Amino acid sequence: MMESFTAVVPMLCVTVAALAVMGAEAFRARGENLPVGGLGIVGLVGAAAASVLLWDRNAVSFGVIKADNFGLFVTMVLLLVGVLTIMLSAPVVGRDGLPKGDYYALVLFSIVGMIMMATANDLLVVFIALEILSIAVYVLTGIRRDDPQAAEAAFKYFLLGAFSSAFFLYGIAFTYGLSGSTRLDRVGAYLAAQSLSDDPLILIALGLLLVGFAFKISAVPFHMWTPDAYEGAPAIVTGFMSTGVKAAAFAAFARVFLSAFEPFSGDWAPVVWLLAAATMVLGTFVGVAQSNLKRMLAYSSIAHGGYLLVGLVAANEVGKAAILFYLLAYAVTNLAAFGVIALLGAREAANDELRDYAGLWHTRPALAALMTVCMLSLGGLPPTAGFIGKWYIFSAAVGAGYYGLAIIGVLTSVVSVFFYLRVVVMMYMADGPAATSAPVETPRVALAALAAAVAVIFYLGVLPARILDLAVASVATIF
Amino acid sequence: MGGYLSVVIYLVMIVAFAIVSLAVARVLRPRRPFAAKLQTYECGAEPFGQAWVQFPVGFYLVALLFIVFDALAVFLFPWVLALRGLGMWAVVAMVVFLAILGLGWFYAFRERLLEWQ
Repeated sequence: MMESFTAVVPMLCVTVAALAVMGAEAFRARGENLPVGGLGIVGLVGAAAASVLLWDRNAVSFGVIKADNFGLFVTMVLLLVGVLTIMLSAPVVGRDGLPKGDYYALVLFSIVGMIMMATANDLLVVFIALEILSIAVYVLTGIRRDDPQAAEAAFKYFLLGAFSSAFFLYGIAFTYGLSGSTRLDRVGAYLAAQSLSDDPLILIALGLLLVGFAFKISAVPFHMWTPDAYEGAPAIVTGFMSTGVKAAAFAAFARVFLSAFEPFSGDWAPVVWLLAAATMVLGTFVGVAQSNLKRMLAYSSIAHGGYLLVGLVAANEVGKAAILFYLLAYAVTNLAAFGVIALLGAREAANDELRDYAGLWHTRPALAALMTVCMLSLGGLPPTAGFIGKWYIFSAAVGAGYYGLAIIGVLTSVVSVFFYLRVVVMMYMADGPAATSAPVETPRVALAALAAAVAVIFYLGVLPARILDLAVASVATIF
Repeated sequence: MGGYLSVVIYLVMIVAFAIVSLAVARVLRPRRPFAAKLQTYECGAEPFGQAWVQFPVGFYLVALLFIVFDALAVFLFPWVLALRGLGMWAVVAMVVFLAILGLGWFYAFRERLLEWQ
């Protein structure tokens, strides 16, 4: 009986941590301050240890949760995102007066949903995981209850998210109607047997599932909610949801489309090609026009979703491994960038306009230097993680014969370097409000988290071979 | 697609039945309207005012908590019926489930959701 629980141990660790945080909040005396963030980190580290022990074991729980190496790789990325988020949140939660227990419990519960989504082997479990993570993230978006912009962002995100869930659920219904199962392996076996038929119902199921996933990874034209939700949420929550939610959704997207629906790749690949091209182009060019750093990074994260889609279209060995590598590189870099924005904010003013960064080098040199590394990595300049990630994505596209996508990708990367470097130029070469204000101490925990993130960025950029081998080994187990 | 023909016939029959029975009733029934008959029917109670009025948002929180009890009942009834066959394991599972829900209610209680403000 206990054997069937092995694959869900990482999730259980995080769930127990989340419940402990909630319990601590419920039982604490009024005004008592408990280190609930540390409690969360303990749970996440426990889950990471469990994931390491599960590596190469292909454990399956209840037939629907499959802890294969692909799922575990994404799980590790998500746990890293979780640990960094909690460390970066520590100073922000106190400063902005956010409800501490609620905040950490919601972050942990959404990580549970993300891990579930990355390891789910059944469409209905993917849906439940999607709801677990979404509902927690909707609330996190609007956690500053006195801020009308946050309320608007949360409400928009909630309505469009619910709408996309309906698409996804309808796609599951059609898939079940066709194949008689929601289990991915059974759906795959059925579709492989049908691969020569041109049943329109298969295409309807494919299309609906594709729309559902495209909403969650904010691919153009399903990206409308992204800039508003990302701008309205507190910066650190934006960092969390632009990395964690995207990684989890991409893992499920890749698993569903590259395993169960693989026989029909001739039908969906051209559509995903278009989505990828539109996402890269729109994300980059609209990003250039932004004067708010948070909104600019929102569009940049849309563009990065486009690069990930390129790997999905290419779908060769390099492409699949490149998706995993890119997810890790993007998650660490983007989260660190939003962490810097969060640290520079104040309760009264978000300080997230581009001009607020003028002369940052003089007042907070450490943060300016860390931000520079993040910007270079997002732009894809060597020797950072972003460069290696883009390199493998584009070489996968070329290897699979998608020259057009590779060219669009390279050109949009070049354009995107413009707006990333604009931030760097602002920080180092311009004089502005930041130059006149007094130097401020950066909280130690957050600084440690940022330093760790930058170390990972350089490690992935200089010595990518080891992680890349892991990524290749991970995709070999399922696809 | 052949299997769906019966569904289409069923749909057509449903719509046709509604239309035909309403039309027949309209032709056959006597027509004697008076004030009380034309009023909105609300379980026999006399209606007052519009249904679209503002009400305290506190109802929403209470309703939300109540839904959890509803969902719990949905799980409890089949659990009770199947308990004999499932054995000790099912008891443990339900206790864990109840403990998690209980923590949630206690949390709601401590957050003062049950006090009417």
